[in-house]
Amino acid sequence: MSAVAVGSDVLRDVEQFLYREARLCDAHCFADWEALWTDDAVYWVPANGDDVDPTRVMSVVFDNRSRIGTRIRQLESGKRHAQSPPSRLARLVANVEVLADDGIEITVASVFTVHESRVRGRTVWAGRYEHILRRTPEGLRMARKTVRLVDNDQPIPTLAFLI
Amino acid sequence: MTAAPIDWDALIHDDRVHGSLYTDTDVWAAELERIWYRSWVFVGHVSEIPQPNDFVRKSIGPQQILMTRARDGTVHLLLNRCSHRANQVCDLPNGNAGTFRCPYHGWTFANTGALLGYPFSSGYGGRERKSELGLAEVPRVAEIHGFVFGSFAADGPSLAEHLGSASEAFDRLARLSPTGEIEVTCGWLQHEVRANWKMLLENETDGYHPQFVHSSIFGVAESGIGELYGERSAAVVRDLGNGHTEDDLRPEFRRIGQPLGWFGTKPERVPQYIDAMRTTYGEDTDQILIDGSPHVMVFPNLFIAEIQLFVLQPLAVDRTVQHVTALQFPGCDDLNRRMLQQTIGSVGPAGFLLADDSDMYERNQRGVQALAPEWLILERGRHRERTDDRGFTVADVTDELAQRAIWRHYKQLMMAAP
Repeated sequence: MSAVAVGSDVLRDVEQFLYREARLCDAHCFADWEALWTDDAVYWVPANGDDVDPTRVMSVVFDNRSRIGTRIRQLESGKRHAQSPPSRLARLVANVEVLADDGIEITVASVFTVHESRVRGRTVWAGRYEHILRRTPEGLRMARKTVRLVDNDQPIPTLAFLI
Repeated sequence: MTAAPIDWDALIHDDRVHGSLYTDTDVWAAELERIWYRSWVFVGHVSEIPQPNDFVRKSIGPQQILMTRARDGTVHLLLNRCSHRANQVCDLPNGNAGTFRCPYHGWTFANTGALLGYPFSSGYGGRERKSELGLAEVPRVAEIHGFVFGSFAADGPSLAEHLGSASEAFDRLARLSPTGEIEVTCGWLQHEVRANWKMLLENETDGYHPQFVHSSIFGVAESGIGELYGERSAAVVRDLGNGHTEDDLRPEFRRIGQPLGWFGTKPERVPQYIDAMRTTYGEDTDQILIDGSPHVMVFPNLFIAEIQLFVLQPLAVDRTVQHVTALQFPGCDDLNRRMLQQTIGSVGPAGFLLADDSDMYERNQRGVQALAPEWLILERGRHRERTDDRGFTVADVTDELAQRAIWRHYKQLMMAAP
């Protein structure tokens, strides 16, 4: 799938959205990040390949809007041991391409690396993001975020922060 | 294997064990020899290789194992190592193939392990040794309800003898399925922890930790699970013998008396499953649905965790991979959907439950490096161990009977004759 030609303002808005989303995740701004989601949100981190059916096989994360809420509440409780203290994070989002734009929804591909530091040491996570961003009266919102880790078919450590 | 002899008596007592058992590489090496490469180890489920010539890459401890189904239907456990010069003959996690061809020099093996041929055979000058040069096989393979176990020891107790009373857990699990069969078809997550495998082994039937480790999710989800693992719970921890242990929640589930209460749902939400169960089990159905699914740690590596399976794979003294999958029952789409989604939410690297358990394992592994104290204390509930009406030792579910039972069996294995 190749990138489609979009106006530079659309591309800029999309990039700024992704960078802001990344910053909110890195800074553990849970409420602000939760506010970016639409009601029909799907947050998906597949396992064991790229062309898999999350209704039939295991995934690392497969959250509908309700489960996104549960995940945030758990992190906000302060008792989520796997994030107590929270990981120190710095991520790069790059190679941003708009794959489709039907006037309402924008499909965006990008590449990420996250450097995570915890007591257990430093972990580098990397992969590709696919976002579906929807234009709403409140601005761009995320309807879908798919995280394709490069090592999703290998053993990976605990992933308790927002990737 | 000629490390200095280890004084197991000095390290393992009835109610305390020495921290070095989790950090000493000589202990690790002895465990490979005495446990992983001798005893019965769970490998995979037959439903992972349903068709002739299916194969799936599995493990026994650090050893990579190919579990194959030959054309005649038999299940084989092969080592993924070319008999020629040690290349790996299989580089896919699963698939369907009657043969494996080594990429290095083209040696070709049947999925039974037999060497079928090699290129440029004149180079062997007529000294054909094909029959001696097959892939290595795990000497003993046995199944229970489709769960395939392997043993690197050519002789020793049978699988049935090794499982002893733990075999009832498999029977109980099968009775939760309308067809009596379970399916392992959802693939596995691989969650790595920087911890000795025994930190995990001792936690699977630990009933003391849930209210502390999992308080965040129990609170958010308004779950009643915490109370099952509390001081007022009627649930018990049971020593099943041979190192196998159980958290038996049935006393609580029977007290509550709700079919599917164990799974936090109601029969009306899964009508397809309920209809199928009543057709098969008739008036026994309600009791089966009240009693729920087993919570049993089958030594050394298989945790039957109600709606999911965990397999512990030790890779190093301080590194373990937890393989985890959701259980499925043939033909029960409505229940299967729920079991899969519940499993995805709770286990694996991002799991609401398992991320926090795994944090505990790693914290323990860091903590056990401290110079002092040297011992891990496993006294909880010693004063209230008792015998149940079938002769098993049980204690309150928050007690450390499981850990004591595991260490007793472990010590026997490590001190057995070579």
